[in-house]
Amino acid sequence: MLPLCSRVLLSHPFSPMSLMALREQLNMLVNSMYIEGLLDQQFQQLQMLQDASSPGFVAEVINLFCEDAERILTELTKLVDQAVVDFQKVDAYVHQLKGSSSSVGAQNVKLACIQFRQFCEENNKDGCLNALNVVKHHYYLLRNKFDTMLQLEQRIQAYDSKQQN
Amino acid sequence: MAVVAEAQFHVLAVDDSLMDRKLIERLLKTSSFQVTAVDSGSRALEVLGLSEGLTSSSAVSPAHNEIEVNLVITDYCMPGMTGYDLLKKIKVQLMLPHISISWTCFERFMGSLFVSHQGSSSLKDIPVVIMSSENVPSRINRCLEGGAQEFFLKPVQLSDMKRLRPHILKGKSKEQQPQEEETSSTSNKRKAMDEELSPERRRLKLSNYSLI
Repeated sequence: MLPLCSRVLLSHPFSPMSLMALREQLNMLVNSMYIEGLLDQQFQQLQMLQDASSPGFVAEVINLFCEDAERILTELTKLVDQAVVDFQKVDAYVHQLKGSSSSVGAQNVKLACIQFRQFCEENNKDGCLNALNVVKHHYYLLRNKFDTMLQLEQRIQAYDSKQQN
Repeated sequence: MAVVAEAQFHVLAVDDSLMDRKLIERLLKTSSFQVTAVDSGSRALEVLGLSEGLTSSSAVSPAHNEIEVNLVITDYCMPGMTGYDLLKKIKVQLMLPHISISWTCFERFMGSLFVSHQGSSSLKDIPVVIMSSENVPSRINRCLEGGAQEFFLKPVQLSDMKRLRPHILKGKSKEQQPQEEETSSTSNKRKAMDEELSPERRRLKLSNYSLI
């Protein structure tokens, strides 16, 4: 737990301090994601594109990414499980996932996809099975943090609208 | 006719990925463009008023379908019609120069039956930008040689949006002065064929008539 949280508990629920604490938590989370390679500069682009006229933009993109990714991972799991793997089909899906992860700034996922495509090109089934697991690992790690991020954002935005009343 | 200076230009964005569509839409809106985003090349052709064959839907009254598009930005890799295919379909009016002489009469006759959805500007002159997540030089060259104004590597950045307006403005000034020669560094991306057509000929969207 962050030391900041103790201040949150002690302060008045609607005091500016708690809102600031939430914001600090969010910043620290996002920063750690950059440092750990979960996110790259592209995510900063998304943050820049969010403003008063589109306050839910980042959340929307994250949600679309997650929906897309999970749909693709489900398909990939089926395909790589076949006795005879259709590497072209697999590659097409991985290409899609690489594209979406690149668009959202999901660096580790993107890199794992690049590795995965290598194995597809080599028609290496074991390599693909392994690579799929690596992609899933990175994706679920990221999704976990995205969930926290979005929850924090929601709380901050709810705060802002209360403050305005 | 169009007020170029303060006009809000309209960009047609084409991408089969919902996420990328949202992204490009946001990038364009943030850069003060009006946006129509579609998920396929065929849908894009519909918006542009170009149907793949001559159908009754291509003869639409101006009030109903007057969407002027100033630039098309399309993903390269799409199922069915690729961005390159779409580019070629838009630029197909380059076939026009081969038909001549009694052209003006024919043009007037056909013009009375069909409406040019683009007003006085030719569809062929709409700048097309292609986006791709893959940096393949041969692909890039193919697109540029095919008439694309620019090739953006995905993910597209806010700074890339600045490169769009000059292409739109160039096209508009060319409409008024067809002899205007381009001297910028992007001139290698233009084809010499572009300058051969006179404004009168370009007013007609021939692809609607399936003469080709």
